[in-house]
Amino acid sequence: MTSIGTGYDLANSIFSPDGRNFQVEYAVKAVENGSTSIGIRCKDGVVLAAEKVITSKLLKQGANKRIATVDRHLGIVYSGMIPDGRHFVDRARDEARGWRDNYKTPISTKDLAGRMGGYMQAYTLYQSVRPFGITAIIGGYDSELETPVDGEVGSGPSVGAGGKVEGKKHGGPFLYMVEPSGLYWGYYGAATGKGRQAAKAELEKLDLSGDGESTGLTLEEAVKEAARIIYVAHDDNKDREFELEMTWISGADGPTKGRHLEVPETLRKEAEKYAERMTAKDVEDEEETKEGGDKMEE
Amino acid sequence: MDHRPQAWGRPRDDVYGAYDHSYLQNSGPRQATQAPIVTGTSVIAIKYKNGVVMAADNLASYGSLARFPDVKRLRVFLDSSVIGFSGDVSDMQFLDRHLTELSIDEAYEDPSSDSKAGQLNAANLHKYLQKLLYKRRNDFDPLWNQLLIAGFDGDSKPYLASVDLRGTSFTSPSLATGFGSALAQPIMRRYAATEEDAAKLSREEAVEVIKECMKVLYYRDARSLDRYSIAVVTKEGVELKEDEQLEKQSWAFAEQIKGYGTQTV
Repeated sequence: MTSIGTGYDLANSIFSPDGRNFQVEYAVKAVENGSTSIGIRCKDGVVLAAEKVITSKLLKQGANKRIATVDRHLGIVYSGMIPDGRHFVDRARDEARGWRDNYKTPISTKDLAGRMGGYMQAYTLYQSVRPFGITAIIGGYDSELETPVDGEVGSGPSVGAGGKVEGKKHGGPFLYMVEPSGLYWGYYGAATGKGRQAAKAELEKLDLSGDGESTGLTLEEAVKEAARIIYVAHDDNKDREFELEMTWISGADGPTKGRHLEVPETLRKEAEKYAERMTAKDVEDEEETKEGGDKMEE
Repeated sequence: MDHRPQAWGRPRDDVYGAYDHSYLQNSGPRQATQAPIVTGTSVIAIKYKNGVVMAADNLASYGSLARFPDVKRLRVFLDSSVIGFSGDVSDMQFLDRHLTELSIDEAYEDPSSDSKAGQLNAANLHKYLQKLLYKRRNDFDPLWNQLLIAGFDGDSKPYLASVDLRGTSFTSPSLATGFGSALAQPIMRRYAATEEDAAKLSREEAVEVIKECMKVLYYRDARSLDRYSIAVVTKEGVELKEDEQLEKQSWAFAEQIKGYGTQTV
């Protein structure tokens, strides 16, 4: 690497002459070696999925969750250094709680992404700290109902000041990805970790925006696709066992009633079966084309 | 002229002579809540075979003034328990926010959608609130409420308990706070005097008893309202209706009441 021996990579807060912060770039490398996580935003919700590599047979099945709940309607999944991710989630929970204390209302996904982006960025500025070795995907469903006030006891005025606006659309599903530099964008589909290239290629094939004539993916379809993408992204390192972890968030009238919850076991199993079937089919297709190619040569 | 804020709105010294500021000083001991301000009246609840039914009217009174007629005093906790608040409404809001925080903390540990195991049940919640209210009374800063907590205990049996602003707690097949303990409790005991009796009650019977009690309370409690909330807690969850109207009222008995107010008889 060009950075080695130049001295510009020895500390945070030092730019190289060509304008790079090497410590941040090394942090990105830590992420690129982490196990894959993805997020899908579709029209009626968000799905988060993580590939949890089983490092030891002594670990309990289904324990040591990779996806964390931050507030009722918010979840975070991350790739890279797990302890960094744990701290990131702690901070996100503090932010969400602080927001509720101040404003008596749940934090929006956008605001949380902003706060957490700022937090990550602060760790690129000082000698005394190192950047986060994670890229985090933040998924949330901001309530489409009249914004509920914590501790509210009545229904409020029906007209006049503080009254309701007929037909106004609130909230919806949101997905953000925060990188070690503190950079964050909103996404329809996000992927990070070892299998991110394959995952991104698959995500791009999905109809997530729901623009134009298409209706877009439903939440249940997105769950299945998420499972398939994690399976596809895992293909390269087949030797190691892994567990699929998935959570989802729907609107108030959806299956999770606006909450960030683990995908129910039955649906997860179904999705995994679908994923196994699809990945097996892909392999067959590949072999067929190979054989076809051989024949052509003959 | 004296422009300091302390002098605002006070008689001018140069016109009326020196003003006696002594009463503005708070030289006595620090005083926390001495009385509730905006209050909710009775909450009543009764156990039945498969759960608990609870009700409270939708009124928050300011003294004897029916100030807020749209105040929901039954709160659902984690989709599995209900808390009924009587007493100070601002303290209820404080507790409600505190419990919201608590339920979010619970979700950190257990985001699974199909298992309620490991979550705080009604018995845990009651114990927690009892400790909280008792702590606040020991700080001489009580939360001016009496609460009823309904749901299920660790053995999945219907659970109903009460805790008040002093931290006093008890449990019973039927419970009522405030005026309800005098007016509704005797009626409920006719149907569920013991746990065995309560275990024989059907859901319909329990709801009927509660509705009857709400009606009696509205007849006799001058701080009550005919719009009320009713919650049924079952193993499947909580069914909460927040805008019910008292039905089949008959005020014929009022003719017989003598001896109050402006009556001359």
